[in-house]
Amino acid sequence: MIYKETGQYKSSYKSDHAIFPLLQDKIAFSTLMFIAFLIIPFVINSYWEKAILVPFLIFSLAAIGLNILTGYCGQVSLGTGGFMAVGAFSTYKIMTSFPDMNIMIIILISGLITAAVGIIFGLPSLRIKGFYLAVATLASQFFLVWLFNKVPWFYNYSDTGQITVSERTMFGVPVTGAEAPSYATYLFCLVLVVVLSFAAKNLIRSKMGRSWMAIRDMDIAAEIIGVPPLKTKLSAFAISSFYIGVAGALYFAVFLGAIEVTESFDIMTISFPVLFMIIIGGLGSMLGSFLGAAFVVTLPIGLKFLMVDMVGLSAVTAKHFEITIWGLLMIVFLIVEPHGLARLWSIAKEKLRRWPFPY
Amino acid sequence: MSVELLNFIETVLNGLMSGVMYSLVALGFVLIFKASGVFNFAQGVFALFAALTLVGYQTGQVPFAHLINELFGTNYHNWYASMPNFLAILLTMVTMIALAWIIERLVLKHLVNQDPIILFMATIGLAFALEGVGDLMWGSDVKVLDVGIPSGGSIWLEEATIGLAAEGSDYYGMYVDVLNIWATVIAVILVVSLALFSQYTKTGRALRAVADDHQAALSVGISLRSIWILVWAISGFIAMVAGIMWGTESGVQFSLSLIALKALPVLILGGFTSIPGAIIGGLLIGVGEKLAEIYIGGYFETGALENWFAYVMALVFLLFRPQGLFGDKIIERV
Repeated sequence: MIYKETGQYKSSYKSDHAIFPLLQDKIAFSTLMFIAFLIIPFVINSYWEKAILVPFLIFSLAAIGLNILTGYCGQVSLGTGGFMAVGAFSTYKIMTSFPDMNIMIIILISGLITAAVGIIFGLPSLRIKGFYLAVATLASQFFLVWLFNKVPWFYNYSDTGQITVSERTMFGVPVTGAEAPSYATYLFCLVLVVVLSFAAKNLIRSKMGRSWMAIRDMDIAAEIIGVPPLKTKLSAFAISSFYIGVAGALYFAVFLGAIEVTESFDIMTISFPVLFMIIIGGLGSMLGSFLGAAFVVTLPIGLKFLMVDMVGLSAVTAKHFEITIWGLLMIVFLIVEPHGLARLWSIAKEKLRRWPFPY
Repeated sequence: MSVELLNFIETVLNGLMSGVMYSLVALGFVLIFKASGVFNFAQGVFALFAALTLVGYQTGQVPFAHLINELFGTNYHNWYASMPNFLAILLTMVTMIALAWIIERLVLKHLVNQDPIILFMATIGLAFALEGVGDLMWGSDVKVLDVGIPSGGSIWLEEATIGLAAEGSDYYGMYVDVLNIWATVIAVILVVSLALFSQYTKTGRALRAVADDHQAALSVGISLRSIWILVWAISGFIAMVAGIMWGTESGVQFSLSLIALKALPVLILGGFTSIPGAIIGGLLIGVGEKLAEIYIGGYFETGALENWFAYVMALVFLLFRPQGLFGDKIIERV
């Protein structure tokens, strides 16, 4: 009953190609946007901003990026942390070299730089695939982190090797640095995420996106029907890296403020969790990227609440428990629903459609 | 002989021996990948878990002591003061076999016929879970592991080589850690016995049959499940050996599990499906890494090349042979 599409006729190509073809989806999406843009900014506080909303938005962006590469183009990548580090360090370098540049432009340029780096590290994908490629992308992870850790030019020869963000404003309100109000950082990330998600969604529906999926489904067959593997694979690497780079730039400039590359962009803290986000959310699904990011960001908070506040364990033991439960949940999830949360949602939609009277 | 040449030989020797350590870890990967098609990321954590368990048995720690003490306010720490090495190793082996059985029952059985990437993610989950359980059971502090393997520089080799240099040159002989020599000997014994086992026993033949073709093996009456348990148990055993070696060298701590990342370039160099590949790949990477550190590392001023050099080496190699050194030839059909 709730999800009934009966009576919703599509009488033009435009309505046929709409991103949300169903009225119910349109309503749900508008409500969500209304809440996100017009309600949350007024009620947000520092805890919600720092612990849940901003990391959720940033990791959604990273998950979309990885989903383009892994979910849509079928190239498994474990180098997400390295590419996020490229975004973060380009932001830092541009920020310190051009103090007057607008932060939005800096972040987009950082994305473009990451895209260029992504193309270079995507080159092996033309020759190797599967796990061999996955391990090869690990090379980018280790090499990039080593580079930013060991070459002092990247962190402006500071003694600690840390990079720290300075204050930048949008429309007179600071969005980076310690003084930035919660609503400003939140809205800044939200605008970028919404715009870039729409761009990604439309890209995936374009010729480029279809050639990605052709390469994913069977690369030789795709090549035979005229999809150029070189252009397709490298464009997937470039665009995926752009998204991941922007996420890295936000992660540094808006979220953390000060980072140390070996800790913040480690394979265990970034690369695997983001890969897990897209698998738990659903490979090759935009909605999945968001659901996965939400799950991965909120789970540790929930677990910590349960362990430390309810049961009363010490922080160290709780941390061990968290790792254990985290691992077990990953396994259980993969066993129960290997196609991710997005699949659960589509099953739910199917159920809702005939809801009170299933047959 | 000139001092340069002697230094070069010393570097190669040390490289070969650290390569053996890489091979040990890579071997566990290859065995599991061949038999069950699972790219087992948890291999490094296996080594950590085995080493932790071994230390725990040796020193008589009460499992989950921290947790029990925190929950019930008790103060348990040790059951007994010490246990003979032999018995502790035996018990650890039993534990690793039990672990293999549990993994097959709880994880693998439910994931048959899934995509390789899903299985890979499941082993990452396994790595997290095992690491957490290991820490909960035995505590996360750095532990000293000593099962009686000697370590330190080999005096014999130093004295034997000191005379090789030309008269009057400042040469103090070669430095090679005895522990590495032991590791090499044990690794050779392990590989030879594995080869003999898979060549001459019935179970070994079944193992190779499963590695070649799952369905064909099933159709001639080989039980896939028992073979999988066996393979995971063997990998657990290899992980234990690797854990003992690495743990003796640098203490038992979390970083031990990162040796899995060290073994990955070895795997792509040698090919995922080849046991000789794992060994020769390990040796090549070990030598390459040591040579790079000494002969190229100087130009960078920053050092610590070893984090990524192996990967780049493996990558360059892959450009010429995408299936690795000894991997099965990749045949693609539409």
